[in-house]
Amino acid sequence: MAIEGVGARVARKEDKRFITGAGRYVDDMVVPGMKHAAFVRSPHAHAQIKKIDVKKAQAMPGVIGVLTGKELKADGIGNLICGWMIHSKDGSPMKMGAWSPLAFDKVRYVGDAVVIVVAETKGQARDAAEAVEITYKELKAVVDASKAMDKGAPQIHPEAENNLIFDWDIGNADDTAAAFKKAAHVVKMDIINNRLVPNAMEPRAALGHYDKAEDHYTCWTTSQNPHVARLVMSAFYNVAPENKLRVIAPDVGGGFGSKIYIYPEELVCLWASKKTGVPVKWVADRTESFLTDAHGRDHHTHAEMAFDKDHKILGLKVETQANLGAYMSLFSSATPTYLYATLLSGQYNIPAIHANVKAIYTNTAPVDAYRGAGRPEATFVMERLMETAARQFGVSPAELRRKNFVTSFPHQTPVIMCYDAGDYAASLDAAMKASDYAGFAKRKAAAAKKGLLRGIGMSCYIEACGIAPSAAVGSLGAGVGLWESAEVRVNAVGTIEVLTGSHSHGQGHETTFAQLVNERFGVPIDSVSIVHGDTDKVQMGMGTYGSRSGAVGMSAIVKALDKVEAKAKKIAAHLLEADEGDIIIENGALKVAGTDKNVPWFQMALAAYTAHNLPGGMEPGLKETAFYDPSNFTFPAGCYICEVEVDPETGTTEIIQFVAADDFGNIINPMIVEGQVHGGIAQGIGQALLEGAHYDDSGQLLTASYMDYTMPRAGDLPSFKVSTSNTPCPGNPLGIKGCGEAGAIGSPPAVINAITDAIGSNDLGMPASPSTVWAAIRAVTKH
Amino acid sequence: MYSVNYHRAASVADAAKLVKSGDAKLLSGGMTLIPAMKTRLAAPSDLVDLSRIRDLQGIKVSGKTVTIGAATTHFDVANDDKLRKACPALAHLASLIGDPAVRHKGTIGGSIANNDPAADYPAALLALGATIITNKREIPADKFFKGLFETSLKDGEIVTAVTFTAPAKAAYEKFRNPASRYAIVGVFVAKGKDGVSVAVTGAGDDGVFRSKEIEAALAKNFDAASLAGVKVPAKNLMSDIHASSDYRANLIAVMAKRAVAAANA
Amino acid sequence: MSDISFVVNGRRVSGAAEDRTLLVHFLRENLGLTGSHVGCDTSQCGACVVHVDGKAVKSCTMLAAQASGSTIVTIEGLANGADLHPVQAAFKEHHGLQCGFCTPGMIMTATDMINRHPEGLDEATVRAELEGNICRCTGYHNIVKAILAASKTMSKVSKGKAKQAA
Repeated sequence: MAIEGVGARVARKEDKRFITGAGRYVDDMVVPGMKHAAFVRSPHAHAQIKKIDVKKAQAMPGVIGVLTGKELKADGIGNLICGWMIHSKDGSPMKMGAWSPLAFDKVRYVGDAVVIVVAETKGQARDAAEAVEITYKELKAVVDASKAMDKGAPQIHPEAENNLIFDWDIGNADDTAAAFKKAAHVVKMDIINNRLVPNAMEPRAALGHYDKAEDHYTCWTTSQNPHVARLVMSAFYNVAPENKLRVIAPDVGGGFGSKIYIYPEELVCLWASKKTGVPVKWVADRTESFLTDAHGRDHHTHAEMAFDKDHKILGLKVETQANLGAYMSLFSSATPTYLYATLLSGQYNIPAIHANVKAIYTNTAPVDAYRGAGRPEATFVMERLMETAARQFGVSPAELRRKNFVTSFPHQTPVIMCYDAGDYAASLDAAMKASDYAGFAKRKAAAAKKGLLRGIGMSCYIEACGIAPSAAVGSLGAGVGLWESAEVRVNAVGTIEVLTGSHSHGQGHETTFAQLVNERFGVPIDSVSIVHGDTDKVQMGMGTYGSRSGAVGMSAIVKALDKVEAKAKKIAAHLLEADEGDIIIENGALKVAGTDKNVPWFQMALAAYTAHNLPGGMEPGLKETAFYDPSNFTFPAGCYICEVEVDPETGTTEIIQFVAADDFGNIINPMIVEGQVHGGIAQGIGQALLEGAHYDDSGQLLTASYMDYTMPRAGDLPSFKVSTSNTPCPGNPLGIKGCGEAGAIGSPPAVINAITDAIGSNDLGMPASPSTVWAAIRAVTKH
Repeated sequence: MYSVNYHRAASVADAAKLVKSGDAKLLSGGMTLIPAMKTRLAAPSDLVDLSRIRDLQGIKVSGKTVTIGAATTHFDVANDDKLRKACPALAHLASLIGDPAVRHKGTIGGSIANNDPAADYPAALLALGATIITNKREIPADKFFKGLFETSLKDGEIVTAVTFTAPAKAAYEKFRNPASRYAIVGVFVAKGKDGVSVAVTGAGDDGVFRSKEIEAALAKNFDAASLAGVKVPAKNLMSDIHASSDYRANLIAVMAKRAVAAANA
Repeated sequence: MSDISFVVNGRRVSGAAEDRTLLVHFLRENLGLTGSHVGCDTSQCGACVVHVDGKAVKSCTMLAAQASGSTIVTIEGLANGADLHPVQAAFKEHHGLQCGFCTPGMIMTATDMINRHPEGLDEATVRAELEGNICRCTGYHNIVKAILAASKTMSKVSKGKAKQAA
C-alpha cells in the first residue's frame, strides 16, 4: 500500500480551508447587485387562501419586489414533482397532488411558501414579509397518518381520496399465510419509527442570478446533486433549458438526504431574479429549516414473525403506514417502498415475506429520504422483532440470530434483493468480543449495587447501497438512471484533474478520490484535484446519497482511469520502443517490466500533448470519460452492540459503550470510513434517545428549534468502538460496499434493545427520553 | 430582529435616564433578550447596555455576607475563589448555566430580572433568602420573583446587586431539559441559621417556588434519608412535551434528595 | 446607525451599521470574514463562536455595537501568522471535521477551553464544555480526540516557553 494510496489513513486535503474559515458555502457567495429574499409562509396547517394583499409590503423601505404564486403560474413555472412512480397493488398509479412552489389557492402545512419578498437587506425583506396581508379560511388539519384515512378526515389533495397516495405490496401473501399456519411461535409487535428532522448544520440556501444580456441563469444552492437539480428545474419546472442554466453546489454543510431534493426556494429565487432584475439570495433560518426541510422516517408498523419449534424463521408479515406529509417530495415514494420493504429479510433466511405499505398525506412537512432512508425503518422492525423473540423464547439473542443467518451467497430473498457477499457471523463475533458480551452479567450486578439498571442490546443490520442499477430501478418506477460519471484529465505536466458527478458535503471525496489516482499512477495526491459540484465543469452526474459515491462514483473513476492507463501505456511503449503489454506503472514512472528502461509519468504526459512522437493514428492529449452503471446493489452489513445504564429515579439513560462491527467491503481511507460510522451512530442514537418531530393536533410544529428538538451533543454520547471485518463486494471493480448510512441504520434498535433489557419492559417508544423511560419503568412497577 | 436604537450606559444614573425613552429595555449579557429579539419575539425600541458599568461588576465577601454585582457574569460567579469558599453551591449553580460562551456574557442581574421559570438563579436567591438591591430600594427575594417572567421591578428600575448571608450548608441539583438545557427541575437546598429552605425552579406553573413538603421533611433532620417517601404534589406543576407534571413532581423529590446529600458531603 | 470600531485579528477596523446588526453579520458582511457561521436562531449551535477580549462568545448573540471597542479574534486570525494553530492542526490530524460548517466555532470553543484549562483536559470535561457547539457529522468522537491532543500539545508548548523564560 502506497502511503497515499488505497487503504491509507490520509489526512484530508480539503481540511485546510475549513479549519481556517476559508470554506465557501452558499451564504458566503456575493454577486454584484445581490439582494435578499424572505418567504411569507403559511402559519396554518390547512387553509384556503382567500386574498393576498401585497400593497403595504411593496411600500416598505428597501423593497424591490413582492411576488406571488399566481404570477409564478402565469410565467409557466411548473409544479414540484415526485420522481419515482409507485403503483398500488390494484395496479393504479400513485395519486400525486399538485405542489406549487408558491401556494396560491390552498396551504397544506405550516411553512408552506406563499409569497417571496426581495429587498435591499435581509432585515428589510423580513420586515416587509410581515406586512404582506393574506386572508386565510382555516380548514381542519390532520397530522397523524393513521387518522388521515378515517372517514371525515380533512381531504388534503383532491387527487388522493382519503389521503391515500398508494397501497402497495411486495412479497407473496399466500406463501406467507401458509408459513404462519405452520408456525410453532408467532411474535407480534406494533412499532413506531419516530419522525426526525435532518438538521444539516448549514441551513438550506439559494442564490439565483439571471443574466439578462446572456439570457442565462446561475443558481448556487445547497445541493447533494446539482446536476439532478438542473435536470429537474429544466425539464419539469420550466425555469430554463439546461444549456441556459448553471447549478453550482459549492461547499455544502452536510446533507443527510435533506439536500437531495429540489425545493421551492431555489427555483423561486431564480425566477424572482428574472422578475426583479437583481440576483436574489435566500438563506433559511433554523426554524424555517425545521418547518420546511424534508423530514425523515414517520412509520407506524404492525409486524408479525413466524417461527418453527426450533426457532427458525418461517415467515414475516408487515403492515406499514408511511406519513409522507403534505406534498410528495422528490423521492418520497421510493423511501417507504423499495428502500424499505426490500430489506425486510434482514440478515436472515426467511422463506416467505409479505409487506404492505400505505403512503398517506397529512398536514405536515413533506417526508423523504433521511440518512438510511427506509433501511433504518426496516432494520428497526427486524431487530426489535428478533430481540423480542429471543426474550419470549428465553434464548440468547445472539444465538437466535446466528441460527437464522444467511450463510451462503448469492442469496435471493423473497423481496427482490439478491445478497452478493457477506459474513454476518464474523461481525457478530467481532462485536461480542469487543463489547465483552460474556462479562455483561458481572457488570449488571455491579451496576445494581449502585442502584442503576444495566442493559445490553444488539442489532444485526443489512442495507442495500451503491444505488443503483439503472435498468432495475427504472423497472421499479424510478424516473432517472442511477449511474455515475467521471472524467480524468491528465495535464501536460502530469498533474491530474478528476471530474466527478458525485458531490462531497463532508464525505472527503477530494482526498479518497485522489487516493485512487495515487494508487494507480503514483502521482502524489497534492497533484490530483477533484472537481465537482458545478454543472458547467462536470457534464452530468447523479450526486451523492444512498452510500453511492464509493461504490458507484469511484467505480466510474476507475473506468476512466483504465482508459487513461491504456493510452498512457501505449504512449510509453512507443517512446520506449517496447511492447505495450510489457509496460508497468511503478513509483511515478512507466517502465518496461524486468528492465531499467522507463519514462517518468510527467514525460509521458508531456509527450501526449506535444504530440511530436505518438503512435501512428493516435489523437493527441490524455483525457478520458466514463459512465459506470452498477450491476447490483451492494450490501453492507454488520453488528452493533449497545450497553446502557438507566437511572430508575430519573429515567436517564447513559450509554456506557457502543460497539460497531461493520462489513463495508474494501476500504479506501479507514480514517474517513470510521468518521462516517461515528456520525451515523450519533444520528442513530439521536433517533433512539433524543430526537423527535412533534406536531400538535392543529398542525403546529412544537419542535421547531433547538430549544425543543434535542440534537445529540458531545455530552450525550460516548466514544465509539468501531471495527470492520470485510468481505469484498463482487459487483464493482473496487470491491466497495459503502459506509455512509450504516451507523444510522444499525444503531437505533441496539439502543432500544439495551434499554428495554435494562428496565425489563419491552414497551418503549422513541425517542427514549428520560421522561419516556421513567414512565415505562413506572408502568412495569405498577403491574 | 426589528430595528432598535442601542445606547451604552456609562453609569447606573445614566442608564436610568436612558431607559425612560420609548419602549426601552435594559441589556446586560443579552443571552436571553437578544435571542428573543432575533426571533422577533421581543421588539424594544431602545437597548440600554449595562455591561460596561464597572460599579455593577464583581463579588464581595465579608464574613458571611456575600454581595454580587448585577453585571457579574456567570463565568465570574462560577470561578470566584472567595465565593467558592463562602457558598460553593452558588458557584456550582453558575457553572451549570448555558454553555461556556453563554457564561462569558450572561449576568446574574439579567437572569433574575428576566425571571425565566426555568432559570437557575431564582431558585438560589429564593432559598438563600437573598436581597435584591436596585437603584431605588432593596427587595427580599420572596417579594421579588412574581410568576412567569414577572418581578416586582418597576419601570426603569435597575438591579444593581444581590446580597445574602452564606448558609452553613447548601447545594443545587439540576435536571436539564434535554433540548434547551434549561432546568426541567432545579432544586436549591440551604440550611442556615433560620432553618432549611428549599426552592424549586423549572417546574412551577407560576415560576420559582419553595417546596413546603420537602422543607417540612428536612426541618426535623437535614438528611437525604428524611426525604424517603416524601411526595411532592403534581398540582401546579408545568406539563409539556418534555415532562409531565407527574414526572416533574418525581424529579423534585429526587433532585432534593441528591442536593441534600451533596450539601452534607 | 452606530459607528463601530474594533480590532479584529490584529487589524483596527471601523464602519457604520444599523444598531440591530449582529456581530456575526458585521464580521461576515462588512468585513468579509465568512468563517464564522450561523447555524441556528436560538444561540445554541455555536457555529459563530469568536473570541471577544479573550473570551469565547457567540457572535450571533451580541450586537456589533456592543462589541465596539473590543479586541476580536475570529477563525481567520486564530493562527496569527502561523500556518495553523495547534487546535486547527489537531482537527485535521484527527479527522475532527467533515462538512466543515460547525468547525470554525468548534475550534474557537476548543481553543478557549484549552486556554482555561492549562492543567489539562479529560474526555468528560471536553464533552461537558462542548455543550454549546453542535456538530451533525462527526458524532463528536474525533472532535474530542482532537481537542485532547491539542491540549497536550499546547501544554507542552507552554511548558517549553516557561522553561525558555526561566
